[in-house]
Amino acid sequence: MGGEHSVFALIKGGLTGHRSWARQWRDAAPKAAYDVVIIGGGGHGLATAYYLAKRHGLTKIAVLERGWIGGGNTGRNTTIIRSNYLYDESAALYDYALKLWEDLSQELNYNVMFSPRGVLMLAHSVHDVQSAQRHIHANRVNGVDNEWLTTAEVKAFCPPLNTSPDARYPVLGGALQRRGGTARHDAVAWGYARAASALGVDIIQKCEATGVRRDASGAIEGVETSRGFIKTRKIGVVAAGHTSLVMQMAGQSMPLESYPLQALVSEPVKPVLPCVVMSNTVHGYISQSDKGELVIGAGTDQYISYGQRGSFHVIEETLAAICEMFPIFSRMRMLRSWGGIVDVTPDRSPIISKTPVKGLYVNCGWGTGGFKATPGSGAVFAATIANDDPHPIAAPYALERFRTGRLIDEAAAAAVAH
Amino acid sequence: MTGPRRIRSTPFVHEEKPLSFTFDGVAMQGLAGDTLASALLANDVHLVGRSFKYHRPRGVMSAGPEEANALVGVRRGPGRFEPNARATMQELYEGLSAESQNRWPSLRFDVGAASGLASRFLPAGFYYKTFMWPRWGWRRVYEPAIRRAAGLGKAPVDPDPDRYVNQYAHCDILIIGAGAAGLSAGIAAADAGARVIICDERARPGGGLLTEASDTIGDTTAREWGDQAISHLKTAENVTLLPRTTAFGYYGQNYVCLAERLTDHLAKPPDGAPRERLWQVRAKQIILCAGAIERPLLFPNNDRPGVMLSGAGRTYLNQFGVASGRRVVVATNNDAACRAALDLIEAGVEVAAIADMRTSPDGPATCALRDHGVTVYAGAALSGARGRTRVSAVTVAALNDDQRHETTIACDAVLTSGGWTPSVHLYSQAAGKLNWRDDVGAFVPEDTIEDFHCAGACRGVFSLFECVEDGARAALRALKALGFGSAATARPSAQPLAGSVDSPVVAATPASDAPYTNGMTFVDLQNDVTAKDIGLAVQEGFRSVEHVKRYTTNGMATDQGKTSNINGLAIAAQRQGLTAEAAGLTTFRPPYTPVTFGALAHAARDLGLDPVRRTAIDPWAAEQGAVFEDVGQWKRARYFPKEGETMLEAVARECAATRASAGLFDASTLGKIEVVGPDAAEFMNRMYTNPWKGLKPGRCRYGLMLGEDGFIYDDGVVGRIDEDRFHVTTTTGGAARVMAHMEDYLQTELPELDVWLTSTSEQWSVIALNGPNARRILEPLVDDIDLDKDVFPHMSVRLGHMLGVPIRLFRVSFTGELGFEVNAPAEYGLSIWTALMETGRAYNLTPYGTEAMHVMRAEKGYIIIGQDTDGTVTPNDAGMAWAVGKKKKDFVGKRSLSRPDIEATNRKQLVGLRMRKPSFVAEEGAQVLPAEGLGAPLGHVTSSYWSAALNRSIALALIEGGHETMGAAVRVTTDGAPVAAEICETVFYDKEGARVNA
Amino acid sequence: MLLIVCPYCGERSELEFTNAGEAHIRRPSDPSALSDEAWAAFLFYRSNPKGTHAERWRHTHGCGKFFNALRDTRTDRIVATYKIGQPAPMVETGAPDAATPRMAGRP
Repeated sequence: MGGEHSVFALIKGGLTGHRSWARQWRDAAPKAAYDVVIIGGGGHGLATAYYLAKRHGLTKIAVLERGWIGGGNTGRNTTIIRSNYLYDESAALYDYALKLWEDLSQELNYNVMFSPRGVLMLAHSVHDVQSAQRHIHANRVNGVDNEWLTTAEVKAFCPPLNTSPDARYPVLGGALQRRGGTARHDAVAWGYARAASALGVDIIQKCEATGVRRDASGAIEGVETSRGFIKTRKIGVVAAGHTSLVMQMAGQSMPLESYPLQALVSEPVKPVLPCVVMSNTVHGYISQSDKGELVIGAGTDQYISYGQRGSFHVIEETLAAICEMFPIFSRMRMLRSWGGIVDVTPDRSPIISKTPVKGLYVNCGWGTGGFKATPGSGAVFAATIANDDPHPIAAPYALERFRTGRLIDEAAAAAVAH
Repeated sequence: MTGPRRIRSTPFVHEEKPLSFTFDGVAMQGLAGDTLASALLANDVHLVGRSFKYHRPRGVMSAGPEEANALVGVRRGPGRFEPNARATMQELYEGLSAESQNRWPSLRFDVGAASGLASRFLPAGFYYKTFMWPRWGWRRVYEPAIRRAAGLGKAPVDPDPDRYVNQYAHCDILIIGAGAAGLSAGIAAADAGARVIICDERARPGGGLLTEASDTIGDTTAREWGDQAISHLKTAENVTLLPRTTAFGYYGQNYVCLAERLTDHLAKPPDGAPRERLWQVRAKQIILCAGAIERPLLFPNNDRPGVMLSGAGRTYLNQFGVASGRRVVVATNNDAACRAALDLIEAGVEVAAIADMRTSPDGPATCALRDHGVTVYAGAALSGARGRTRVSAVTVAALNDDQRHETTIACDAVLTSGGWTPSVHLYSQAAGKLNWRDDVGAFVPEDTIEDFHCAGACRGVFSLFECVEDGARAALRALKALGFGSAATARPSAQPLAGSVDSPVVAATPASDAPYTNGMTFVDLQNDVTAKDIGLAVQEGFRSVEHVKRYTTNGMATDQGKTSNINGLAIAAQRQGLTAEAAGLTTFRPPYTPVTFGALAHAARDLGLDPVRRTAIDPWAAEQGAVFEDVGQWKRARYFPKEGETMLEAVARECAATRASAGLFDASTLGKIEVVGPDAAEFMNRMYTNPWKGLKPGRCRYGLMLGEDGFIYDDGVVGRIDEDRFHVTTTTGGAARVMAHMEDYLQTELPELDVWLTSTSEQWSVIALNGPNARRILEPLVDDIDLDKDVFPHMSVRLGHMLGVPIRLFRVSFTGELGFEVNAPAEYGLSIWTALMETGRAYNLTPYGTEAMHVMRAEKGYIIIGQDTDGTVTPNDAGMAWAVGKKKKDFVGKRSLSRPDIEATNRKQLVGLRMRKPSFVAEEGAQVLPAEGLGAPLGHVTSSYWSAALNRSIALALIEGGHETMGAAVRVTTDGAPVAAEICETVFYDKEGARVNA
Repeated sequence: MLLIVCPYCGERSELEFTNAGEAHIRRPSDPSALSDEAWAAFLFYRSNPKGTHAERWRHTHGCGKFFNALRDTRTDRIVATYKIGQPAPMVETGAPDAATPRMAGRP
């Protein structure tokens, strides 16, 4: 598939007009039948297909994408990667993903620009400090790196940050995960697509799932698409904001709501921000891309929507937060803003699960933080599909938890105090 | 005349007002009315910057917001540095100091330009294909190098001292763009009496009217018509005309945001004047008259300084009196560029040749050029350019010539035009549909969408006269929709005007037909994306326009592809054998042009991120030197250090004094809700786990509130004031959400209940007086309440007076001592507090803060919601099953308590923890591990303090199955090795509760 | 920025309102009679439609009243608002979206 990516290949290409670079992935047309059909060609779906082929030896796999791969939340997020989650179940999932990130460029022979420049989560109140300490202690027990920085250490690690005691919510310190960072989001989709395609996976763009066909026993029989019926016994739904709609085709209601999530970038400038900075109290998060843009995000809008936009006041509030943390950025300019559709579960943790329908699997509910999990999500979901049995890391994320009450509530765990 | 290239005067630059400025430290002069770009060009400075990737020398390529090259840093004193300012939009002022970007050590000798030599090895997406070995290389070597190379300007280094403000506005009609169409629409709307806001991004409204020097509208020149229109609108009371104001985003239901630049054009802004104003406008009707942006033609080395858009060349000449060169070549596929050439000739500039892609151009302008003796190469295009920091010659080749015969023509400026791209950004954001039009060579609005109209060049109408007509027609449609008068009265004054010159016909020839095979042909001038790069992306399978854009970064620079998107699209489509129409368009994302963070953050920067809430007693606490903490928006006194005291010492002293005699605490931030009505008790029964019907007036009860998911949501003491009246308290942070939660159930699930809810949080000051001497201190100040312990026992409430002030007096305690909470009207809070302090002096009455409160409540095992609970804790987990009314059929959250995992016995439960070493205070948040082995953690420490009263540390923790493991040994994590501890009861102090009942 | 017609106060900006989730999910009169599945469905499962969505809003910074709205989640345009307790008005919901799912096989 287009030959190995390397500096030597680039030089050779440079001397030969780059005519030898082939397509990064085959533009497949749907075949009549597959062993597994993945609905959704974002990072998670492509990763699932890749690991199904790579680790489980399946060859007849299709990824259906109604638009263009990586065009949803994969290409719209702020690319933050970290694993400093509180609960054991979360730490297991996200740290597994982080370990895969660390070797992903080599695994895929595609530079996804994983950049462990450190994720700094600020504490602005006594309660924030308690919460940060709880995370740090829990992370360490789980083998996840996370350390406390005093205000002075925070300033030294991130010089442009305003750590003045006169701030509205002064910085009292921060929790730093040094292994956390960012990656190039588009490259993740393209890298997985290229590697999966090389293993025989059919990546079918502009192919929309329009129905799910089940046999007399209720089991999956195939999927109707805008490009015809495809026979399969296993469907993995990885449709992010559109998961409710796809699952409804199989008669399954979901504990999901789809919200707009906005993000924005500034004009590019020379390196000024060395790490990722996040704050829950002064609500915003920011990093600087390798292109020089400040990449900024915040919370979701308050209403569900499929419109891929959002209300303006979210932008105002986000930049108010950024200017509060970084008064030197006030004269920077917003270059581009956009919205994605994030599917949110009641406990803000994902669903990686078998379903009541035989042969139907679902991976969704990543809310505002799915990008960081991409490799891990794909790997454990692939195992769950291949074995028809939840991967141990995926098991706590089954749909069942909404019936039993065994929620994994990271948001509640960051509860506002008194 | 300032500058060697200022060749004539115009009404828009003021020769009597020369202005000094510097560029990279070189002093120059311009005129009032200049932009930085026009002033530089007047001084014959074309080299103004270096490109992003290859550091190629770049010059001014436009005269407007679409500028991709001429980005500079503007410095105006401390904290006022602005990177990436567009020289074409930056107005000149006396003393302006600008510097070029992305070069070292200087603009002319830039070391980074070496990357240009390696350009053949750095195709689109090269970074995805390399820098992977060795594994550590990316983070340590390659990425830092790439990051240093990337980015154009430098970020400011000092906090921004400027103010930014915000204005909400409503209007009947918002007109975006004050060119011919916009002004015409504005006059029609204004004369009909509509409330109009009309904005234009330039300093001077008028758009194309300013440049079309020779055109006439009716019997006036275009300029005069524009001047009359502007003064008409300026004087109309129902019109707000906003120059320097960019409509940058459409946010649903005709909500449009505008950024108005107020002081960046002034040498000395008035003190305190805001720099920018954000307008948030809700318009009943919108008329978009945003014009169109010219596309460059593509040819090898088309990025050389001196190569610019034909319209820009014309603007510099006609508006600023500046000639873009001495000997100019014009390359075009339409007639408009020929008119630019004519203007140059008329101004005495030599036009060396015209390369026209049309096979037989015969428009009036072309004919006129031929009459002037200019060589017109028909069916020809530029095939290359020479010169490095300034174009010195171009080659012209026939398009249908396979032999590629080239004619070299010396020149020092090139004007190109590949047609115009309508500025449909806001229309598209409003979900308006676009159609490809071959004659325009771009996507054009399909039709009017509801309450949103397009007029003029932004919908493919290009001649001035037609724009005037089109603007008036759009205004009539908008007025009609608003119900304004009859069409007859609303006819615009521009109506009788007639066009006198030909309209510039835009040729259909796609820009990408130009040869681009030799050398680097730039599509996106700022991101250095070449035609080859786009071809490579297609070759590698990137087919969607979004993929091509992302892989090559075409159109993603600060100009957001205003001049490059259509050209890139055309090349990608051509490579795939598609029409541009089939290839489609990338999304128009806001903002239209970049907007400063400061303007978007406006009030938060001006007035503070969040309001600060302070209690009536805060000023006293501040005076005493209290240290405050942030709790939500509140500032709360955390402790009251005496000279030289640490927090630990102060807290120990405050606790000891309270337990020994008396302490005073400001609890005013607690949420308070008055629940009133015949069904108040029933309502309370539904909302709280506890039973309320049996509670007698005058008595209090600790109330526990769950979410419907069964987890603890809030808590607080509730006093029954009367049969039909409850005084409910909530946590400080929970006040608003508990109120909303109650309202939700009352309005939607329990509308049959006759109950009224009123938030009274701000009405009451709450002063907690605790300690064995509390009654003695209080007694002399209370007018009419019997404090005797038998008539006023623990958990009671009385109404009465204190110092003549009506109060609600609660006998409650959050410390375990004899306690009273005085609820007084907030305006009397401070006087009552000081009166108590005065009376209490004899008893060493000591003010204490939230920290001492936390210690004392923990000694008693009282929980704090959000600290000892975290949204996953049930009443049973918290050891408060006693608070759940067993006989109640239903309450919010009850059903959830019987779910399988909620009834499980191994849930995390609240217990006490005693460190094996009494002097060791565990960290809050520390994990609790089994006594030995590598088993999974059992839970975590929720609260942990040094207890002066017990002379040891105490802690609370949530531990798996904790209630059944009293006395068990565990370990607690620390920064170093875990330390030993033992599980115990949560109550550490006065287990019998004798003191609280004293 | 949504423009919302409060049935009590009239047309106001979204800034004055708080969204309160899907409407017409009536709390069961006797939750104890429900199975765990049915209770989970009440608590957590939502229709999340691409198209017309009946949802609750509260005019928090106004009259404080909760009310219902029909909103098109594709365009975010609010089609109708009505008081709590009233049935959802019949409205023209426009052409079905291309992505509107259709059922195939057995549910």
